[in-house]
Amino acid sequence: MNMMHIPAKEDTPEIFLNPETGNFKFSGRSLPEDVSNFYSPVLHWLDEYLASPAENTVVDFQMSYFNTASSKIILDILLRLEKLSAEGKNVRIRWHYPKNDEDMADAGIEYSEIVDIPFDHLPY
Amino acid sequence: MVQTDNTRFQEFVYSVYKSMKSFEIFLVYEGIITHGLIKTFAELTETSITKPDDPQTIQQRVFHVLVETLQNISKHSDENEISSQKDSRGIFVVARSPGEYSITTGNLVTSAKKEEISTLLNNINHLTRSELDNLYKNQILQGHVSQRGGAGLGFIDIRRKTGKKFDYSFVPVEKNMYFFLFTAFIPRKL
Repeated sequence: MNMMHIPAKEDTPEIFLNPETGNFKFSGRSLPEDVSNFYSPVLHWLDEYLASPAENTVVDFQMSYFNTASSKIILDILLRLEKLSAEGKNVRIRWHYPKNDEDMADAGIEYSEIVDIPFDHLPY
Repeated sequence: MVQTDNTRFQEFVYSVYKSMKSFEIFLVYEGIITHGLIKTFAELTETSITKPDDPQTIQQRVFHVLVETLQNISKHSDENEISSQKDSRGIFVVARSPGEYSITTGNLVTSAKKEEISTLLNNINHLTRSELDNLYKNQILQGHVSQRGGAGLGFIDIRRKTGKKFDYSFVPVEKNMYFFLFTAFIPRKL
């Protein structure tokens, strides 16, 4: 399967999904006009990845902002990764947040309480 | 315009100016609220509405409340029966006092929508922080992104992050239509 790269725009994040290495990265802002439309190729890609995943999957989230509609989609992404983890694959989330942004730190804590995947909380 | 009308109009503009100064109003917009406009105002909030000495978390909250409330209007605003256009018209006002920022929005809603919104906001206003966190978790797990692109999380999230109750009212404008006014407050201290 192919690598996916979506460049950042002013209202959508940069997304890297590498199926060979299992390294994924989401960074920037997310407040798209149509959140389902923007993320549906990403969710489809992940569904395909689940069928033949890498041994280790490491996902970096380095978001500067996301709206509440995007927060629902981020959970959908994490729930897919949780499935992978439940099947015995190594999955790790690295939640990067600006050290002076309490709410972005809290969002990482909240996600780590909802899904059963190891989380690293990394201020920068 | 005849001279007297013009003088009165200028007096009106001056009174608007004075009111804006006394309420520390930074941004007023009335018109169609599009996604492009939301992006523009969101940029503006990040750069010039909040004071640079406000904590980063507060600046992000002002940005967040602006995005969520404007997306509410652009996605949910009810069409005026008279208007044939599918415009999402509204007004919004951003103000700052020594203790807090306030963001007020206004837009037309139907009477059915009025009931739905009042029930929701009344419920959210009476919840404690831990009840709001639970409601948010339930909604994010069980809710779906609607056709209009909302996840039903906006008001819950604003209320729990700001800790402040919402002010809201509905002004009857014509048969079955109300002007919905909503204010969220963002304290400037963490």
